[in-house]
Amino acid sequence: MSDRLPGFNTLAIHAGAAPDAATGARATPIYQTTSFVFDDVDHAASLFGLQAFGNIYSRIGNPTCAVLEERVAALEGGTAALAVASGHAAEFLTFHTLLQPGDEFIAAKKLYGGSINQFNHAYKNFGWNVVWADSDDPSSFEAAITPKTKAIFVESIANPGGVIVDLQAIAAIAKKHRIPFIVDNTMASPYLIKPFEHGADIIVHSATKFLGGHGNSVGGVIVDGGTFNFAGDDRYPMLSKPRPEYGGMVLGETFGNFGFAIACRVLGLRDLGPALSPFNAFLILNGIETLPLRMQRHSDNALTVAEHLASHSKISWVSYPGLRSDRYHNLAKQYCPKGAGAVFTFGLKGGYEAGVKLVSNLKLFSHLANIGDTRSLVIHPASTTHRQLTDEQKTQAGAGPEVVRLSIGLEDTQDLIDDLNQALDAA
Amino acid sequence: MLIELPCPIPYVPFMNHDNYPNDYIRGILNSVKTIAMVGASQNPARPSWIVTKYLLERGYDVIPINPGLAGTELLGKTVYASLKDVPVPIDMVEVFRNSEAAGPITDEALALDPLPKVLWMQLSVRNDEAAAKAEAKGLQVVMDRCPKIEFGRLSGEISWQGVNSRMISSKKPVLSGKGFQKLSLNRS
Repeated sequence: MSDRLPGFNTLAIHAGAAPDAATGARATPIYQTTSFVFDDVDHAASLFGLQAFGNIYSRIGNPTCAVLEERVAALEGGTAALAVASGHAAEFLTFHTLLQPGDEFIAAKKLYGGSINQFNHAYKNFGWNVVWADSDDPSSFEAAITPKTKAIFVESIANPGGVIVDLQAIAAIAKKHRIPFIVDNTMASPYLIKPFEHGADIIVHSATKFLGGHGNSVGGVIVDGGTFNFAGDDRYPMLSKPRPEYGGMVLGETFGNFGFAIACRVLGLRDLGPALSPFNAFLILNGIETLPLRMQRHSDNALTVAEHLASHSKISWVSYPGLRSDRYHNLAKQYCPKGAGAVFTFGLKGGYEAGVKLVSNLKLFSHLANIGDTRSLVIHPASTTHRQLTDEQKTQAGAGPEVVRLSIGLEDTQDLIDDLNQALDAA
Repeated sequence: MLIELPCPIPYVPFMNHDNYPNDYIRGILNSVKTIAMVGASQNPARPSWIVTKYLLERGYDVIPINPGLAGTELLGKTVYASLKDVPVPIDMVEVFRNSEAAGPITDEALALDPLPKVLWMQLSVRNDEAAAKAEAKGLQVVMDRCPKIEFGRLSGEISWQGVNSRMISSKKPVLSGKGFQKLSLNRS
C-alpha cells in the first residue's frame, strides 16, 4: 500500500489484522490462551521490563485483543488503544491513570446512568471526586475548574439520547487549563463523530454497543490521542514520575505519544485486572467490520421512526437531533452530518404509567438495558437504568418519569413503526 | 516466480522531515549494520539503554558512545568516548541527546572517514541545520523518530501492544528466525 492513510471502510476491515505470522490464517485467530512461551530467559526479562514488544499473559495483553486495540485506535485516529472487560472498566482504568486520592474531575450531567452511579459512588471510595457541569453551557466547565481538577469527561452524543455536546467549546477550555479532555464516544462511534478531530485527548468506548453491534459481547476500549504531553507534568505521577514497578522507568517519557495507553495497560490493567476475553475481542472485531454500514442504517432508521413518533397524538415530545426542529439539530449538522445515531428518547403524555405499559405492549422491540444492537430495543429509564438516581438527577439526565428510550436496530422501519403504533394504541 | 531483491537505500536529496515514507525508513533499517549510539546510558530504565538492547537483539552491531562511560562495557559492548574513537566504519549515527547537542555530534559524524550513511536523531530530537549539512554530504537523515518504534511498527511487533502502526497489509509478517516473538522487517 502507499503511505496514504486508508479510508474508514478499509480500516474497519483491515486495521491491526494482518494474516497470522505462524499459520497464514486470514481471519483473526482467537488466541484462547492464558500465557505465551518466552523465546529465552533474556527475552522474558525484556518483556517484563517493558523493553521489548510481545506477549506475556492475557491479563496484560493478548494478540486477539491487540487487533481490536489497533483497529479502534486506527478508526479513531489515535496513537494506541487498550481493550478491557467493559466500558466501565475503560473509564475506571482511565481515571486510575490520571487521578490520585483527593483529586477532582469534571463530568457532564447528561451521561449514561451507569457512569453517573460509578462517578457518584464507587469513585468516592478511591477519593476521586466528581464535579458536575452542564454540557449545554460549556462555561460551566470552566467555572468548575480548581487546582485539583485532573480531567474533563463528556459523552459526544449523550445517553439516554438526543444530546449533542459542543466538543470544540469544551476542548478549548480543557486546553486553556491544560487538563486532559476525555470523550466517551460509545453512542456516536467513530463513524459518526471523531472526537480527536474536535480536541479530545482520550476516548473511551463501551465496545458492547455499536462497535460490537450485535448485542453478544461486553467489552471496552481506551484510545490514546497522543495529544496531551504528560511527561514532566507533576500532576500525573503515573506518567511523569519514575515507576518503582518498572525499575524507575518514566512511562510518559519512554513511550512518548502513546504513553497514556501503555500506562493504562502496565499500571492499570496489569494490577487491577479487568481484562477482555479474546473470544469477546473476536466477536467485537467481526462487528466492527460492518460498522460503517450498520451505523448509517441505524441513523437512517432512527430518523424515520423519530419523524413518525413526532407526529403521534400520544407523544408530547421527541428528542432526536436528526429532527430539524430539535434544539441540538445545528450541533448535529456540525458534529455528525451523516446521522445522529440510533438512540433517542420521547415523552409520553400519559407519564410514568404509560411508559411502563408501552414497554410491556411492544412485541418486536426488546425490553432490555442495552443499546447498539442489530435488534431494536426499548427501555423506560425512570424504572430501570436511572432508577437509583434522585428525581432531580433523573430529570437532569434526561430520564424523567414520562421518558422512553429507543435504540433503533436494523429491521425494516415499517415493522418498527407498526409495533410502536399498536403498543401506543394499547397504552 | 517473483524474486524480491534486497532493497537498496533510495537516494532522496530533499527529504520531507515531517513525514517519512515507510519504504525510506525500512530501507535504512534493512541496510545498516553498525550503529553508533551517542548518549548511551547504563541505566536500564532509560530509553537509550532500552533501544540499544532492542537493536542488539535484532542483530545490529550497536556501539555505545558516552565519554563518562568510555572504556567500560555496556550490554557486552565496549563504550567509546566519541565517534572518532570507534575503530570500525559506522553505518548509522543515532543521536540520543537533545536537539542542540545534535549540531556538534553531526559535525563529528561528518568528519569521519568513511562517512556514515545515515544520521538518525531520536524521537523529540530535531535539528534542521544539522540535517541539511548531513544531506549535503549525501547522508540520509531521520529526525524525531525512534528506531525501536519504527522497527516495531514496520515489522508488526508494535501491534502486539495495541499501538496504531498506521500500516495495513494482506501479507504475512515474517518471523525473524530468532524466536516466536520477533518479527522481521519484511512481509511475504
